[in-house]
Amino acid sequence: MDLLRFITAGSVDDGKSTLIGRLLYDSKSILADQLEALEKQSRNKEDGEIDLALLTDGLRAEREQGITIDVAYKYFSTPKRKFIIADAPGHIQYTRNMVTGASNANLIIILVDARNGVVEQTRRHSIIASLLNIPHVVVAINKMDLVNYSEDVYNNIAIDYAEIAKTLNLKDVVYLPISALKGDNIVERSDKLDWYEGPTLLELLEQTELEKDVNLTHGRLPVQYVIRPQTEDVELHDYRGYAGKIVSGIYRKGDAVTVLPAGLKSRIKSVETGGKEVEEAFAPQSVVLQLEDDIDISRGDLIVKNDHQPRVDQELEVLLCWMDAKPLIRGNKYLLQLGSRVVRSVVKEIEYQLDVNTLEKNFAPGNIGLNDIVKATIRTASPLPFDSYRELRAGGGAVLIDETSYVTVGACMIQ
Amino acid sequence: MSTASKYQLDYLDQLESEAIHILREVAGQFERPALLFSGGKDSITLVHLALKAFRPGKFPFPLVHIDTGHNFPEALDFRDHLARTIGEKLIVRKVEDTIKARHLTEPTGKFASRNALQTYTLLDAIEEFGFDACIGGARRDEEKARAKERIFSVRDEFGGWDPKRQRPELWNIYNGKIRKGENVRAFPISNWTELDIWNYIRREQIALPSIYFSHEREVIGYEGQWVAVSPFIRLDPTDQVEVKRVRYRTVGDMTCTAAVESGASVIDDIIREITATRTSERGETRIDDKVSEAAMEDRKKNGYF
Repeated sequence: MDLLRFITAGSVDDGKSTLIGRLLYDSKSILADQLEALEKQSRNKEDGEIDLALLTDGLRAEREQGITIDVAYKYFSTPKRKFIIADAPGHIQYTRNMVTGASNANLIIILVDARNGVVEQTRRHSIIASLLNIPHVVVAINKMDLVNYSEDVYNNIAIDYAEIAKTLNLKDVVYLPISALKGDNIVERSDKLDWYEGPTLLELLEQTELEKDVNLTHGRLPVQYVIRPQTEDVELHDYRGYAGKIVSGIYRKGDAVTVLPAGLKSRIKSVETGGKEVEEAFAPQSVVLQLEDDIDISRGDLIVKNDHQPRVDQELEVLLCWMDAKPLIRGNKYLLQLGSRVVRSVVKEIEYQLDVNTLEKNFAPGNIGLNDIVKATIRTASPLPFDSYRELRAGGGAVLIDETSYVTVGACMIQ
Repeated sequence: MSTASKYQLDYLDQLESEAIHILREVAGQFERPALLFSGGKDSITLVHLALKAFRPGKFPFPLVHIDTGHNFPEALDFRDHLARTIGEKLIVRKVEDTIKARHLTEPTGKFASRNALQTYTLLDAIEEFGFDACIGGARRDEEKARAKERIFSVRDEFGGWDPKRQRPELWNIYNGKIRKGENVRAFPISNWTELDIWNYIRREQIALPSIYFSHEREVIGYEGQWVAVSPFIRLDPTDQVEVKRVRYRTVGDMTCTAAVESGASVIDDIIREITATRTSERGETRIDDKVSEAAMEDRKKNGYF
């Protein structure tokens, strides 16, 4: 049994919360007392039907306003897979929340209202999926019940969307017709959609192949912590273990490695997981490495395999999603965190602002504020090892932190 | 199809690796962290994960128990035994002492719970030892407000959580930078469900306090729940004390944790029962969450775990 993290993109109007509610409800992940609470709340509303959307709105303000503000995480499993849903709001003023939810997702469900077809919001969500490099895209054409389950409507939307997918270079795109409200094609197959022969949404989620999503060729291990038992025990006296989570690649005993940014070379003396020595370990395992040579390594260093090394530089080109209410100001200094490494940095240039609805580039942007996405050049105070986000998600995503408030203010996808 | 290849991690291994990563981030980013230990299965799982994260070294943090004085004796014995066995430091701070020192008002009623008063003792302990990060065993599947809390959750000097001012948390980057007075609650098992915990406990053969398994106990029935007879609850003339075979699904205070009628005496039986049950963990066993829809959100805003 493995694990799939996915994000649902759409707004209340598209039936996003209803879709999640339906998935949980039909896969029997909602328990009796939760259902009872739901019924109680639904009764306060006008129509009396159980409002599955209420399941996902966790904060009081959200329930009061009937909207999702923040990313909520939901869990369910089937005998085949465990699923983690990042339920993120879809409106443009919550772009940063969607970017946050998308950062860890293997798959995105893009909801399209069958009555409206591909709209601005569909484009925006697809652009974000592309920027964040989500490997799998499911285009769920919802509210099929309101268009008489028409195959033509479905086909036309799929044709329209294929254009977007092509422009954005989205790799694995799958379409399916659903009605979240009626439960058509979510968990149960629908006889009203008998012209559709593909899998239901749940089947799709269970069958999406995840193996290739993990990079096993580019060895990257950010050192989080150095384990030194410091005991009198003779065997452990010289023990020095570099603890971290392998973000990509495979590490074996005897492998030649380089420690960046210093560029020191050594070989792996032992690989340990859970306190036991193993022959090899791979992403995304948490491990402890011991090296043959006694070299100076501390938190923030990156242990890489000698083949496929990352770049080490002090200047990075990034796509930057701004996440703070205070504007981004060119020339301001921020802390940049990538993996376990934190360096001081300055935003040197802002090349253009990206219109997240149209992909148009504005080369003379005004103020850069919350939710804006720009192409920028960042200079770091010391050399930083990094990968291109598009090639290696785990090695090319960084955050910017305000030096005075310590708030996370930006997400960088390194080019 | 998801055929298991040599280089694919099982979901429990993925959750384990993520939790170890978070524990090591706490160790790497903070000066004085602590692991909040309650004696319940979630914090016992945390200790097991910490062993995997830091052995053969010592834990870079002590275990801290905020003792309400209303705990199950079995859980306290287990706590002391575990700390001794692994040779790590255990700090206990008592709500009783805070009540006396700060002249707090004890709650009253049939099931007078010190649950809310724990926050005072916790904040005092944070100040006493200068803890800048407290690791907790909260899970997002437990409750709707928890579903929205970050893995590194920044709290103000009152321990308060402001859901509207949460930091975005992307990829596997945890921003633990804090200003003076602030501290962080870190939740390594945020993404685990109750069933994940039990499956992990079974796989790793983690020992648990005996009250998690079927045993005979004197209980009274209260609104469809079984509450253990103890000096901490008020027995009324109308209460009927019965002896039932029960087990606990969560271990909190004797005043606010209800037992489940069960004959399950081994983990396999418990997992079978939980898989079949139609009631959530908090719904079945917590007397304190039923008060209002936003009970947990409010407690967190006030500094609760």
